[in-house]
Amino acid sequence: MIVLTVNGQRHELDIEPETPLLWVLRDELGLTGTKYGCGIAQCGACTVHVGGQATRSCSIAVSDVANQDVLTIEGLSADGSHPVQKAWLFEDVPQCGYCQSGQIMAATAFLKDNPNPTDADIDDGMTNICRCGTYPRLRAAIHRAAALMKA
Amino acid sequence: MPYDSDVVAPRSLSRRRFLVATLSATGGLAVGVLLPGVAGATPLGPEPWDRDAPADAEEVNAWILVEPDDSVIIRVAQSEMGEGVFTSMPMIVAEELECDWTKVRAEYASANRNAREGNIYQRMGTGGSRAVRASREFLQQAGASARVRLIAAAARRWNVPAAECAARNGQVIHTATNRSLGYGALAADAAKVTLASEPAIKTPDQYRLIGQPTARLDTPVKITGQAHFGIDTRLPDMLYAAVSVCPVFGGKVARYDDSAIKGRRGIVATVPIDGGIAVVADRFWRAKQAIADLRVDWDKGEAGTTNTTEFRQIYRTALDGPAAMAKNVGDVEGAMGGAARAVDALYEVPHLAHATMEPLNCTAHWQPDRVDVWLGTQNPDAALRLAAKAGNVEPGQVFIHNCFLGGGFGRRAVNDELTQAVMVSKAIGKPVKLLWTREEDMTHDRYRPQAAIRFKAGLGRDGLPVAWQIRTAVGSIQRSLGVSKVENGVEPAAVEGLANLPYRADNLLVDCVLKNTHVPVMFWRSVGSSQNAFAMESFVDEMAHEAGQDPYQFRRALLLGKPDFLGVLDMLADKGDWGKPLPAGKGRGMAIHESFGTIVGEIAEVAVDAKGAIKVERVVAVVDCGHVVNPRTVEMQIESGVIYGLTAALYDEITIKDGAVEQSNFDSYQMVRMADAPRIETYFALSGGSKWGGIGEPGTPPIAPAVCNAIYAATGRRIRSLPIKNTELTGGA
Repeated sequence: MIVLTVNGQRHELDIEPETPLLWVLRDELGLTGTKYGCGIAQCGACTVHVGGQATRSCSIAVSDVANQDVLTIEGLSADGSHPVQKAWLFEDVPQCGYCQSGQIMAATAFLKDNPNPTDADIDDGMTNICRCGTYPRLRAAIHRAAALMKA
Repeated sequence: MPYDSDVVAPRSLSRRRFLVATLSATGGLAVGVLLPGVAGATPLGPEPWDRDAPADAEEVNAWILVEPDDSVIIRVAQSEMGEGVFTSMPMIVAEELECDWTKVRAEYASANRNAREGNIYQRMGTGGSRAVRASREFLQQAGASARVRLIAAAARRWNVPAAECAARNGQVIHTATNRSLGYGALAADAAKVTLASEPAIKTPDQYRLIGQPTARLDTPVKITGQAHFGIDTRLPDMLYAAVSVCPVFGGKVARYDDSAIKGRRGIVATVPIDGGIAVVADRFWRAKQAIADLRVDWDKGEAGTTNTTEFRQIYRTALDGPAAMAKNVGDVEGAMGGAARAVDALYEVPHLAHATMEPLNCTAHWQPDRVDVWLGTQNPDAALRLAAKAGNVEPGQVFIHNCFLGGGFGRRAVNDELTQAVMVSKAIGKPVKLLWTREEDMTHDRYRPQAAIRFKAGLGRDGLPVAWQIRTAVGSIQRSLGVSKVENGVEPAAVEGLANLPYRADNLLVDCVLKNTHVPVMFWRSVGSSQNAFAMESFVDEMAHEAGQDPYQFRRALLLGKPDFLGVLDMLADKGDWGKPLPAGKGRGMAIHESFGTIVGEIAEVAVDAKGAIKVERVVAVVDCGHVVNPRTVEMQIESGVIYGLTAALYDEITIKDGAVEQSNFDSYQMVRMADAPRIETYFALSGGSKWGGIGEPGTPPIAPAVCNAIYAATGRRIRSLPIKNTELTGGA
């Protein structure tokens, strides 16, 4: 049995310990907001927080995150009221939207370490792929979120 | 404000819109963010597909339902893949309907109904940047027709002439007696009204909603993880399938051995599919692990020894063979002979993958008398026919539940994944979610064709071209898809942007050689313009330098008499700081191209360091799409098109070795990320009139030549073959 805590809820799962966290979230727990994009930690569509750190869930075994708190987009806020989500709404960031759960989770963790980021900080810290090219709006939304979080 | 000023620089709106936006902007918010007079409509729900109408809703026509509380449901027949149709299409209907935009809800139109009711939605495909261009008039007509019938219903109820009544904001009003009725109270009667003739639709000067920067209706579900993409489908009793198709296109399974996976936990079945195998399991991860351990001997066929170097030679050689005429004006040979000097160049581009963020997938539930499929498709009509064929049922027995598309770019116009899913579900008798891994997706795409394009021009004494000779050798998309043999040898996509070049060309010869290999090719964002604009706009730059002229002025001289092109070009030079000095190692390049009815000009500012590393720092884009439905989505599409084209220009090529694709994931097929993304400014130079251009694709073609021309300006090095990464620029600055 693997014991896993996701969005504050404890789960006991009878699964192979090497199963990537991504597929446990999506197929065992039905938390489909976290996306599969590449399976090799390249694109970041699967980004969640493990112990508060942004983590690419496609490339970490579920057994490696047992006994740690996992936070997914579903647990960030139930109603889109997190400052990062508000900033995303304000700047109209998403296009196809597929990568945005991962972008939002990556940005949320990034802003904890960089509450007042420069453009260069964002270049270094935000490495998720967006095929629709929402980068200019992502950048603007991260600056806006930083401002909202200070307000 | 903790902002980089460039990020919030006023995005260009037309002068009128800019004033509106400025007047309504308060509280320090950026211009273009507050919505001038346009509060948001009801956000989309997580599941966008069509469903049974609410019991108390009245259908006024196939697009419009009204509920008792005056809420309006507007059906959308195009697919949302990021381009914003879920907002722009309802705006077009609502403009004429005069309903309350805050009470509008949107959902997909039903492909099943479209099949049963004689194509009632007229067109359901999404591609070719046609959503607004091809649907606007009949959507406006549907809205206008509904409005006039609502007015007629109210007039009858009040027993007054309809001409004394007006519709505004979801109400019909009789001013003389100060009476009003909401649409909800009138819809049932309106649905029964027959009009003697259809009303006229508005002219652009009468628009109130079209043209206003309007918040997208799909944003809320896309920032909470709730938006349902095809991959998110979960059905009771559902199984999962992973697939492996022969790495060489056209190959097949010779034999396979599944003894290594038999009896493994969760493994249900191995099912043959066209050209490969599917493994079905109770969880996707188990299916994916198992298929990797399946031992398959492939029959790779004759193509199993081919490679990209050989293809490159095939296309180059084809340029010297017979070609089919696409355009022949004046006397090219004579004019070439009399020219002061000649310029020629060969441009080459590789195959490209679409690489949508959401890998292809489809969930199918086959039953003997009904097939249900959930996927993101750009083409619900074609998907319905594919499912009927694969499931051996009538088209009217197929139900396409179209989801949000995790990217399309042309790839989701042909749903290979759907046929596989229906066949697997039929084989095992249960609902199945079939998902391609990223590796399967990248190695089994239908690619942007490889091409070689040769230009030759004779320049006159004034430096301007007096004769043009253009030949392209490229794969035929129509032949690859099996839709046409293209017997005359000229495919419009192959010569788009060449045969219809905007420049003065009194003597012009354009021809083409269509040549296909075993690599399947298809529409890739901007199609033929994706390679032809690179060649054309690079060559124009080469001619200008050969003539010793400024590339802007050179283009200007060749575009005289074309006010829409000049409008874009002049604004581009102005906004893009053309001619202003830059430090050593930096350069500006420009390109202008018309595609899908829209002219886009772009200037790229590029820095090349001593090690040859390239940084595209700034892109200025000027757009003439005639009219704009939603300026916010137009700006987003230009930004998107620039980044999509930049990724291909800088980094990407699909190469073939032993008949198979060598790239398999984002480590070998690199993407532009945040650190590579330039600042992008978008401006409108709208020519209005009868022009309604597309917007999903036209931002893409100019970026590759603009960047290459900027690299030339910075380094003196000319790039004639993409991607740019293959050209060594060390010490170039």
